[in-house]
Amino acid sequence: MKNKYSIFALIKNAFTYHENWQRAWRDPLPKKEYDVVIVGGGGHGLATAYYLAKKHGMKNIAVVEKGWIGGGNTGRNTTIIRSNYLWDASAGLYDHALKIWEGLSQELNYNVMFSQRGVMNLAHNLQDVRDLKRRTHANRLNGIDSVWLNTEEVKKFCPIINTSPNIRYPVLGGTLQKRAGTARHDAVAWGYARGADAMGVDIIQNCEVKNIKRNGDSIEGIETTKGFIKAKKIGVVAAGHSSVIANMVDLKLPLESKPLQALVSEPVKPIIDTVVMSNAVHAYISQSDKGELVIGAGTDAYVSYTQRGSHDVVEGTLKAILELYPIFSRMKMLRQWGGIVDICPDASPIISKTHIKGLYFNCGWGTGGFKATPGSGDLFAHTIANDEPHKLNADFNINRFVSGDLVDEHGAAAVAH
Amino acid sequence: MSENLRITNNKFIDQTTTISFKFDGKTLYGFKGDTLASALLANNIHLVGRSFKYHRPRGIMTCGSEEPNAIVQVGNDASMTEPNARATEIELYEGLDASSQNCWPSVNFDIGAVNNFFSPIIPAAFYYKTFMWPASFWKKYEYFIRKSAGLGKSPTEPDKDIYDHRYLHCDVLVVGGGISGIIAAKTAANNGLNTVLIDDKNYLGGTTLFQQNECFKINNSYSNEWLKKEIETLNSIENLTIKTRTTLAAYHSYNYLLARENLTDHLSSSKKKNKIRQRLWKIRAKKVIIATGAMERPLIFNNNDRPGIILSTSIKKYIDYYGVKCGQKISLFTNNDSAYETAISLINSGVTVNSVIDIRDKTNSLIVKQAEKLGIKIHWKSTVVNTNGYKKINSIEIMKLSDDSSGVIGKKINEECDCLGISGGWTPRVHLFTQSGGKLKFKDKDNVFLPDKSELDQISIGSCNGDFELDEVIKNSFKLTNKFLNLNNNDYENLEIISSKEIDKKNIWLLPSDKPLGKTKPFLDFQNDSTAKDVKLALREGFKSIEHVKRYTTTGMGTDQGKLSNMNALGIIAETTGVKMGELGTTTFRPPYTPLTFGAIVGRNVGEFFDITRKTPMHDWHVENKAEFENVGQWKRAWYYPIKNENMHKAVQRESKAARDSAGILDASTLGKIDIQGSDASEFLNRVYTNTWSKLEIGKCRYGLMLNEDGMVYDDGVTARLGENHYLMTTTTGGAANVLSKLEDYLQTEWPELDVYLTSVTDHYATISICGPNSKKIVKKVIPDLDLTDNNFPHMSFKNSMIGKIRCRVMRISFTGEHSYEINIQSSYGKSVWEECFKAGKEFNITPYGTEAMHLLRAEKGFIIAGQDTDGTMTPVDLQMDWIISKKKYDFIGKRSLYRSDTIREDRKQLVGLLTEDPKEVLEEGSQIVAETNKQPVEMLGHVTSSYFSPNLNKSIALAVIKSGKKLKGKKMFVPMENKTINVIITDAIFLDKENKRLNA
Amino acid sequence: MFLINCPYCGERDQSEFSAGGEAHIVRPKQPTELSDDQWAEFLFMRKNIKGVQFERWNHAHGCRKWFNMIRDTSNDKIQAVYKMGEKPPIK
Repeated sequence: MKNKYSIFALIKNAFTYHENWQRAWRDPLPKKEYDVVIVGGGGHGLATAYYLAKKHGMKNIAVVEKGWIGGGNTGRNTTIIRSNYLWDASAGLYDHALKIWEGLSQELNYNVMFSQRGVMNLAHNLQDVRDLKRRTHANRLNGIDSVWLNTEEVKKFCPIINTSPNIRYPVLGGTLQKRAGTARHDAVAWGYARGADAMGVDIIQNCEVKNIKRNGDSIEGIETTKGFIKAKKIGVVAAGHSSVIANMVDLKLPLESKPLQALVSEPVKPIIDTVVMSNAVHAYISQSDKGELVIGAGTDAYVSYTQRGSHDVVEGTLKAILELYPIFSRMKMLRQWGGIVDICPDASPIISKTHIKGLYFNCGWGTGGFKATPGSGDLFAHTIANDEPHKLNADFNINRFVSGDLVDEHGAAAVAH
Repeated sequence: MSENLRITNNKFIDQTTTISFKFDGKTLYGFKGDTLASALLANNIHLVGRSFKYHRPRGIMTCGSEEPNAIVQVGNDASMTEPNARATEIELYEGLDASSQNCWPSVNFDIGAVNNFFSPIIPAAFYYKTFMWPASFWKKYEYFIRKSAGLGKSPTEPDKDIYDHRYLHCDVLVVGGGISGIIAAKTAANNGLNTVLIDDKNYLGGTTLFQQNECFKINNSYSNEWLKKEIETLNSIENLTIKTRTTLAAYHSYNYLLARENLTDHLSSSKKKNKIRQRLWKIRAKKVIIATGAMERPLIFNNNDRPGIILSTSIKKYIDYYGVKCGQKISLFTNNDSAYETAISLINSGVTVNSVIDIRDKTNSLIVKQAEKLGIKIHWKSTVVNTNGYKKINSIEIMKLSDDSSGVIGKKINEECDCLGISGGWTPRVHLFTQSGGKLKFKDKDNVFLPDKSELDQISIGSCNGDFELDEVIKNSFKLTNKFLNLNNNDYENLEIISSKEIDKKNIWLLPSDKPLGKTKPFLDFQNDSTAKDVKLALREGFKSIEHVKRYTTTGMGTDQGKLSNMNALGIIAETTGVKMGELGTTTFRPPYTPLTFGAIVGRNVGEFFDITRKTPMHDWHVENKAEFENVGQWKRAWYYPIKNENMHKAVQRESKAARDSAGILDASTLGKIDIQGSDASEFLNRVYTNTWSKLEIGKCRYGLMLNEDGMVYDDGVTARLGENHYLMTTTTGGAANVLSKLEDYLQTEWPELDVYLTSVTDHYATISICGPNSKKIVKKVIPDLDLTDNNFPHMSFKNSMIGKIRCRVMRISFTGEHSYEINIQSSYGKSVWEECFKAGKEFNITPYGTEAMHLLRAEKGFIIAGQDTDGTMTPVDLQMDWIISKKKYDFIGKRSLYRSDTIREDRKQLVGLLTEDPKEVLEEGSQIVAETNKQPVEMLGHVTSSYFSPNLNKSIALAVIKSGKKLKGKKMFVPMENKTINVIITDAIFLDKENKRLNA
Repeated sequence: MFLINCPYCGERDQSEFSAGGEAHIVRPKQPTELSDDQWAEFLFMRKNIKGVQFERWNHAHGCRKWFNMIRDTSNDKIQAVYKMGEKPPIK
């Protein structure tokens, strides 16, 4: 690897006023042809390229990104990482990712600040309690460290939650996954980009895919704003824009792209040391290392590619935040933003081949893709390299929408969509 | 108060009213009309905070919302304290108690300043490069990082203040009450348009209000005097609403805007009480005129962050508006003409101006000539290469710029000063314009981004549109307003305007120093401590997008959201990379314009108003009878009725037993009720339910199961045929609204040919369910006229009758498996009829039972609850309810999905009953079922959906869904718990009275 | 927050409406005769267009009528609204 990052490197470079740091990644022009072109330079796409090079020995790989890497949902999400999913298939997928997260900073030599501060999911009605207990039992049997907490235990773990029985929807308990937590979103994209680049992957920014060239049932390459790029295989990891790419080859996907909003408060000294999510009282919150309260809002119900949503959603979210944390009423929203999330009918992703040879899709992560980044990249790389899925993503094929064998994770999604 | 820092001929604040306040525990004095910042400066306090990363001493830098440094904690009451308030925006009030943030133990001696010493090894984004070893230590590093980060402190008790929302509709909204905004608002309102003018300050007039200078005159008056007269006329304009202390927070598409009005923050503590603190205005404007002005930019040079370094025009405002001298010996450093206006104001107020350092070659504009006439020394083509003084600036070092201005030459001049005014030119406030989706263009001459294209009905006028000279501001504001509003007004046509014009323009984004860049500290983002070096480091490392640089260096991510830093950062990026500013673009300006309290966003929707609470007509009775309640959707439902010290288990056991032994009474009013009428009503039901409806006799009821189009069970309930073309459908409590929406959707969009009308009547009726062997006797007592014989009134039928003078509909349907009646009456009679039933049942020990007992009773009978025993993945076949799927019907919602390859699988999860080996052991709902105990990982075959101890069967019973459950009856399975494994047997799902004897008894 | 011109009530705030997805996906008249693929196409597959999209909206907190809308999903601009059963005024 190019110059290794460490405290010693920082000290060494201090003597030259940090003027000798190398580029974290190159800025190459596209070559004429690649073995694999990954469309989409977000965390998932960059991770896919990284694992293709690292685990599958592929050399000739490009990632094309229409804007700047990590500028889509990777840089816009609320950075929650957890694996307490209900169904075996999901638990397998997300816990695979969580295990990679646990060593990712060292693997990438890039501090992604994976902070295992725990994630709590609160229950506010009896059905919530049943659903969360069901998930906790399933998690335990799947080897996932999820436990049920009663209301007192919830309060003990996160004292600022209003657990009074007299509020409109009192907290009836919750689950806690201690291995879960948050990470620094930008660092994930940058760390994978640096790692992939070091193995020869070309990361091509400001390169928008305009068309996919087909030859009968297989693909030939992509038309981009930087010219035609020939490709043996194309892996599309374009999140909210997946359908835009799919429509180029008349491939219909079971996706809707909707605005999802988030916001941060002004930074304050540490006040909440964990991540708390609530489905019924619709809000989730954590505090960044910088001190900002990071709050996830919901999705709007309509399709939009504008990266903004309606004010009602933000208002509704903060309403829920103040229901659970009335102490935050005087805190101030510093900025809000939106992303475009691609949602599948069953709230589970697609990591799959398509009926077009050489064309692969990784999409449908909805509101919860960030947590899966390393696992998604690893499994998608496997799928592309072997032209067949890994057993961990076999259930996440496109065909499930035909057979009806869905992986319904609505209960596990942070945002009920 | 240091006397010599206040001038006394000031007319904008009330120097006769002294206000006492506290800063960092010390009692100080200011005047009415001061901001905290002006009062502190009057007390010669510059040092008010420490920077985020290096904890460098920082002072007041501006006089407005762009302030990066003077961020304070207001108040120390646990519920009312406010972090990160800008001293430049806090209006002074009696009792104000503010303190510095991000320093310990004090702002004067801050331990964290040790970071400044380490600054050589912690450049931008250093944290990505270290803290990785040992792997497990990040948690510990993070603890310290988090502790040292953050600015103020969050309140720790609930807010006692009230917040409010109001809607506002207008023809024209004018944002900004400076000279442009006033011209626009007056023009609009005088021409009959309903106009609203808002400004974030507590006065109108912007900076022109205190511009009293020979170089700026309108019709022979000073510009400020002319403007004052204009403002005086505003009050008499009928169509004009003026809102001061109101900040436009967000500009969304479709001209939807949010503005926050501050109502009490400026009042003394005693006057604040019981008043609304802030109001959020939700504005829909037909047209929007943005007149938000421009912000002065700092200059970027070595050590440009010391306390006492203030934006030049802010110094002017402090002297001209507040009557406060920011120093006694002030130097000014500029690249444009505005610093000369400040210099002249200072001289006129008796403040010493050491010199003006101007990076330009000698220029001869009106204002510069006037300054020279006053004897002000000017260092032409020079720059400040360094500043000195730790907690307050005490001197600057000046050098000549080289010919091409890329370096410095000649001898260094040391100039003592106690304040340095800086001016790097002006940045139009285009934030709102871009928030609304507008696109910007770059104007090279002025180095500014200006509004270009917008999809919305809006314009920008005045200096936010790039007009910086007084005459242009007036002329263009007027012209553009006229055009935008289609008016032919000529109020401002023939003004005689004198205005100094800037002749020479020059800009250097990063000013050269005599030291190498690496050894200097030219700050860009003062709050986040990012320097020009950091930006260059980011670029060197390959972060070339402006967003990448911003995120990598955190430039522009402070509480001022880059208002001061963004343009300079862009300039340095453009210069370093050789890309033109216009091509580089800007980062996104995100709402809100200034931080907005959560309280204001939420308004009154807190506490009991968080969500609507729906109560049944009998609710008060339940409360009087000590019921515990369960939230079901928005409804409050009686959950159980404990007697004396009964716990839930005991109460539920008692209630359930009473219902089967004698009589139980349940409030079933919350069930959704939809009235269905029309000549195609039967056909409609045929299509929405899985079973057939056309043959149902009038007067009869039938249970129906509704699927989603994906074949999964969605809702269920009993529907009665009231007439040939008239049905009453019941739905689950939680599903009512969604079911109605879904039915309307199909009716209006898929089957418009059907003659069917749907009306929600959930709230119209109260429903009292009486069950148990004695239910018949009780109903007979309540409704003596009704013939209850089985022949006349069999199970699954209904009768209309009278209870005295009250009409009622009695249905003989049952969710408990007992002989049971549901009495429906108009809501308003609900409670009295309930009480009558209760009275009639007294001799039979009629027992009110809640939802928990109801769930238990129906589980004994094997009835499902949609949403508890189903989870969106269960088909009717999975529920072993094949009987309810009509084989004859050609189609119904969800039918096709039942025949997909996965839904026809035999080994799907199917509903079964479970009995525990130990009949005392009650399973936990949600627990998983496995076939093997000693395998890890083990396949989970299904889970427990409902589980109770049945007092009537005297054993534990449960419903579960399990893979291939149909075939597994009698098989032994295991429920592994955290600390034990429970043995269970798969059984039929009906535990009690399979033959329906009780039902028909 | 859009301003939506309900064809029955006139201009109202977006908060009164709910969105119902792509329009003109007609429920097959003879579902039983479709293959699993064809049924899945109806049930789940969407064009999810970036650009001008035809979609269904419901004036949920108003007249409760469903209607169609033509909206550009790349900038949220509403180009037209029309009643159910009517032909789109724009192609």
